[in-house]
Amino acid sequence: MALAKAQMLVPGLSIHDAAPAEDEEGLHRLALWILQRFSPLVSADPPDGIVIDSTGADHLHGGEGAMLDAIIGRLAMSGVEARAAIADSWGAAHALARHLARSTFVAERGRTLFLLSPLPLEALRLPVTMTADLRTLGFRTIGDLHRQPRAPLALRFGPQLARRLDQALGEMAEPIDPIQPLGQIEARRVFAEPIAAAETIARYIGKLVTTLCAALEARGLGACRLDLLVHRVDNRLQAVRVGMALPTRDARRLTRLLCDKIETIDPGFGIETMVLVAASAEPLAMKQAASSLVEAARPDISGLVDTLANRIGGRALYRMAAVASDVPERSVQRIPAMAPDTGSGWPDHWPRPARLLARPDPIETMALLPDHPPASFTWQGVRRRVRRADGPERVFGEWWKRDAELEAVRDYFRVEDEAGERYWIYRAGDGEDPATGSHRWFLHGIFG
Amino acid sequence: MRNASAIANLRAQIAQIEGQSRPNGGVLPFGLPVVDARLPGGGLALGALHEVTGGGQGSIDAAAAALFSAGIAARTEGPVFWICTRPDLFAPSLAQAGLPPDRVIYVEAGDDKTVLACAEEALRHGSLGAVVAEIACMTMTASRRLQLAVEGSRTIGLALRRWRRPADATDFGQPTSAVTRWRISSLPSSPLPVPGVGRHRWFVELVRTRAGESAAFELEACDEQGHLAVPAELADRPVATGGWGHSAVG
Repeated sequence: MALAKAQMLVPGLSIHDAAPAEDEEGLHRLALWILQRFSPLVSADPPDGIVIDSTGADHLHGGEGAMLDAIIGRLAMSGVEARAAIADSWGAAHALARHLARSTFVAERGRTLFLLSPLPLEALRLPVTMTADLRTLGFRTIGDLHRQPRAPLALRFGPQLARRLDQALGEMAEPIDPIQPLGQIEARRVFAEPIAAAETIARYIGKLVTTLCAALEARGLGACRLDLLVHRVDNRLQAVRVGMALPTRDARRLTRLLCDKIETIDPGFGIETMVLVAASAEPLAMKQAASSLVEAARPDISGLVDTLANRIGGRALYRMAAVASDVPERSVQRIPAMAPDTGSGWPDHWPRPARLLARPDPIETMALLPDHPPASFTWQGVRRRVRRADGPERVFGEWWKRDAELEAVRDYFRVEDEAGERYWIYRAGDGEDPATGSHRWFLHGIFG
Repeated sequence: MRNASAIANLRAQIAQIEGQSRPNGGVLPFGLPVVDARLPGGGLALGALHEVTGGGQGSIDAAAAALFSAGIAARTEGPVFWICTRPDLFAPSLAQAGLPPDRVIYVEAGDDKTVLACAEEALRHGSLGAVVAEIACMTMTASRRLQLAVEGSRTIGLALRRWRRPADATDFGQPTSAVTRWRISSLPSSPLPVPGVGRHRWFVELVRTRAGESAAFELEACDEQGHLAVPAELADRPVATGGWGHSAVG
């Protein structure tokens, strides 16, 4: 579109000259940020993309989908609107990220062809002129192209077309050349003979960690994230990332964390180089661990937390902290397992149930309005007669935060049935004014 | 007298056969003579695995069993790991059972296998107060692994058995390596002179204990320090002054 036309369509259009060099520099900075936060193998994919090898790194973020959401969410917070996709190959992820209507997408393994078939030819990373020529010949989608015999196409368009197609379908390797920031602390080992056995890998991990820890100690740093990059003889690069809750340079612990991940490394025909990089390091001062003069220190559980976090994901380990809110489901928040003690608690003048349902379950009740507990209620098809009850405990909506809750009210009751089972139920609304709620009853928690 | 020494001798031999599994790391008494008298050593063995489940509806939600476990964990020293698959535990209730939020680290594992692996890792650490693992299916092998992992430390391992369907609860009858097995069911609460719900009561069954007999107790739920209590009308002495009114809300 010509600039004059655009200006006519949008009054007050802000115009900037294109600056491809600066764009590329910005892309590189973004790639560095992703390298530190998310994945060890990252490369800028100019003009508008970043390619990430997420294998061996997504476990720290709770899986592939959660990792994509985290990346997109963080970028959105800093004002960058981005789209992301995970697929079996670079080409497929490139196409899916740009030509699907969703901002994040995780392709199922082995369904690349099915997913790519309906996408337009532009998704194949071909030169513009070639795409135009193919369109003239009547090809519309990648599926159209894939169904054709290869030889005539190669004769007409050269080897590039077939190569791009194979790369997208994952039939041809397309290695990522990862960015390597200057000044990283790393330890490297090149092997005269390729190694493959798990025990050998473990032994050299131990040696690399010792070297790296010495380097970290010389600078007074502790590692927060460690990347083990494994170069195979067939020019494949694999990466293993481990994350620590607190900076550490304890060689034994780091070795253990890395050795837990050996089973994810596929040595293929052999490994010729292993590089251990401290992707993210923070200052770590020496401190006295034990002294006979002070009382026993609190046990150090950061090692255990790291081991579990690297096995099941850092988000799956958390502590609960109190939030000043009367609404039960908002009165707790997750904080990192190794966060400093908050010292906070909840007011304990009302008993709280041991189990809180994620979503209050509607129940059928017989109750006198406005402020009597129900005489009986039916939950999950079982009718329970209420023998004893306590309440109501009135919870008001947080009108100072949310307009929709200006008048909302919940009346909580603790009820006990004939068998002695105790439940936490509430009525939406105050029992008199329909504006305060629907006056329907819900079961929200189970007491012990 | 001779008989007594012979029995002591035999017990020592059995202990030797059983290896380290005999809890020599001490015990954690409940502070209730009724209960402690039934447990070998006068309390819940430290450095051992214990199984807890709920009765009736409690086999699915395990609410009372969770609070019972929280009360035990609250009385130990050190951090507590709570490993679960379904994150529906409400932290304020644990605080009311004596377990402040800063002491508990929750581990959300995807499935039973991961729960077992995480629990074993946590039990092996050795300096934790207690490890609670919410788990449905636990084979003899799995419980043996957990028991071996926890031996020699002062950590209490609690396997909180919780199933998806009530019918699966028959799994609780399978053999186990755990030192004790408990089943906690809700009972109608302590009567109050006014309308309302009094202090919660549980029917606590000691289904199995190694080197001891099973027993059942009717007890009042944990107070803010994690202590259970014997209901006043059942105890053979009047309840301590002030305890009743204060704990009625708990």
